[in-house]
Amino acid sequence: MIERDAAKQSSDSARWEHFAHIADIGVRGIGSTVEEAFEQAALALAAVTVELETVNPQEEVDIRCDAPDVELLFADWLNALIFEGATRKMIFARFRVSVQDGHLEGTAWGEKIDRARHHPGVEVKGATYTELAVRREVEGHWIAQCVVDV
Amino acid sequence: MDLSLVERESENAWRIRPTGKMKVPAIIYATEQLIRDMDSKVYEQITNVATLPGICKAAYAMPDAHWGYGFPIGGVAAFDPREGGVISAGGVGFDISCGVRLLRTGLRVGDVEAVKEDLAEALFRKVPAGVGSTGKIHLTPREMEDMLLGGAQWAVGRGFGRPQDLERTEERGRMAGAQPEHVSDKAKKRQMDEMGTLGSGNHYLEVQRVAEVYDERAAGIYGLQEGDATVLIHCGSRGLGHQIGTDYLKSMVSAAPRYGIALPDRELACVPIRSPIGEEYLGAMRAGINCALANRQIITHLVREAFAESLPHAGLDLLYDVSHNTCKEEEHGVDGKRRRLFVHRKGATRAFGPDHPDLPAALRDVGQPVLIGGTMGTCSYVLAGTTESMDLAFGSACHGAGRAMSRHAALKRWHARQIIDELAGRGILIRAHSYRDVAEEAPGAYKDVSAVVDAAHLAGLARKVAKLVPLIVVKG
Repeated sequence: MIERDAAKQSSDSARWEHFAHIADIGVRGIGSTVEEAFEQAALALAAVTVELETVNPQEEVDIRCDAPDVELLFADWLNALIFEGATRKMIFARFRVSVQDGHLEGTAWGEKIDRARHHPGVEVKGATYTELAVRREVEGHWIAQCVVDV
Repeated sequence: MDLSLVERESENAWRIRPTGKMKVPAIIYATEQLIRDMDSKVYEQITNVATLPGICKAAYAMPDAHWGYGFPIGGVAAFDPREGGVISAGGVGFDISCGVRLLRTGLRVGDVEAVKEDLAEALFRKVPAGVGSTGKIHLTPREMEDMLLGGAQWAVGRGFGRPQDLERTEERGRMAGAQPEHVSDKAKKRQMDEMGTLGSGNHYLEVQRVAEVYDERAAGIYGLQEGDATVLIHCGSRGLGHQIGTDYLKSMVSAAPRYGIALPDRELACVPIRSPIGEEYLGAMRAGINCALANRQIITHLVREAFAESLPHAGLDLLYDVSHNTCKEEEHGVDGKRRRLFVHRKGATRAFGPDHPDLPAALRDVGQPVLIGGTMGTCSYVLAGTTESMDLAFGSACHGAGRAMSRHAALKRWHARQIIDELAGRGILIRAHSYRDVAEEAPGAYKDVSAVVDAAHLAGLARKVAKLVPLIVVKG
């Protein structure tokens, strides 16, 4: 597999952000395709816990999810990342996905948590269905978002 | 919240009449100030809960209610299985049986002050906390099964704690009806190395002093005196509970339409209690409760070990252990009849009044200790369940301060160092693995816990017994 530099190859519109939720935190990915929005949202998820630039994306983990619709697939994608991170004691900072007909194949790159270097903050317990949305905006770009429980 | 949306039922109770698809009214317990400050999402979410099948009497919001997911945090709702009542994974939450336990050290403030630094270091070293931490216990599949069936009883059997701790834990330390076979392998895998870990976020461990006693008689029975030192532990079911929540949220959202349930919000995903998925979730959730009880029991043992290093005479008896994210089958009076109901408490504490058969004999005269954790810079409270609370909200009260500001806003506003220094100036020692978490959990990011507790007291949900102020805080 040829490793892609997500930052270089992503489109101009690609970015992520957090949105406010009183008790928890919202993650939102924005991109020119649904895949890019998923990848960007995964960055937003990782940024809940760590500063992304402290993470060296050297180890790769493959992820597969299936869900009845694209929104539940998005929640599954985030939950799969939360599960892999929790059980492998890893944090991820680069992502790639392909999405087709309720099926997702993705790769996350990251490394083992080093508390002295990464200074991880709060851990994410799960992706919720609150404010869950995957849609194409009128301007043409895609967003993928939900509130995550911390 | 716009006060025109609610009718004042009494000084501290506000009613929302059923409209549209609401099957019952919604009732919010709060002072006028608290309800004015409450976010409008509480209105939206509590009225959504009131539409669910089989809901009894009313959907309730506690004084600390705020925007949650599906249910508001601080939401209480009871369902009757004989009337098509439902169970909701979102109505319990991801951190199943997250809760609080309070230990009486048998020491005075001065004893702790004399060894404060050493004690803080010992607690920080002994109790694993924060992202990426693991406990010393590695569970085999067989042990995982036993833990999920046995809860705190399993932990005591393994040498973590004392048999008398179980008397002072809800369900005597073991939730009956747990079915580990309905807990996914993923959930079990997430928990293998996480037993006895505190977690992160708003979870913490505090050494405190009893700063004020409001009810001498109840405090006497609880064994609390002004100037005593206590320990409060706040954490939940760790990765296992989170994964059970994740797994069943997905299966319930897919199954709900099959039962003709139209969800106003997908996060409210629910199924009939008496349905295959409903029964499976109950079995899994109860296993999650046992995991949380075992976890807090192991941490109790680690706290005792830490105290033994510098304060070998500490008693550290458990006053009580309460959970605040659960669904429990309980008997309640509705319209003059006793009914078995499934009571969801999402960010709400069980608060059984005096003479309740589930209370240990020693506490039956005064009611259940209701433990309300505050923030690291403010205070926590001990309250006692009341007889009228059983009618007001199925024997429930608030669970904490409730956030007033998002984590993001808190991070922008405060630096951890500044908070640590400021609290040190007030005699509060913080030991945290994550500076970022300290800033996000800044005391100023929370509502005033005293106002919330006063509202619970005034509304009659529980009555104030004592106030606890932190001396040492250990965080993830």
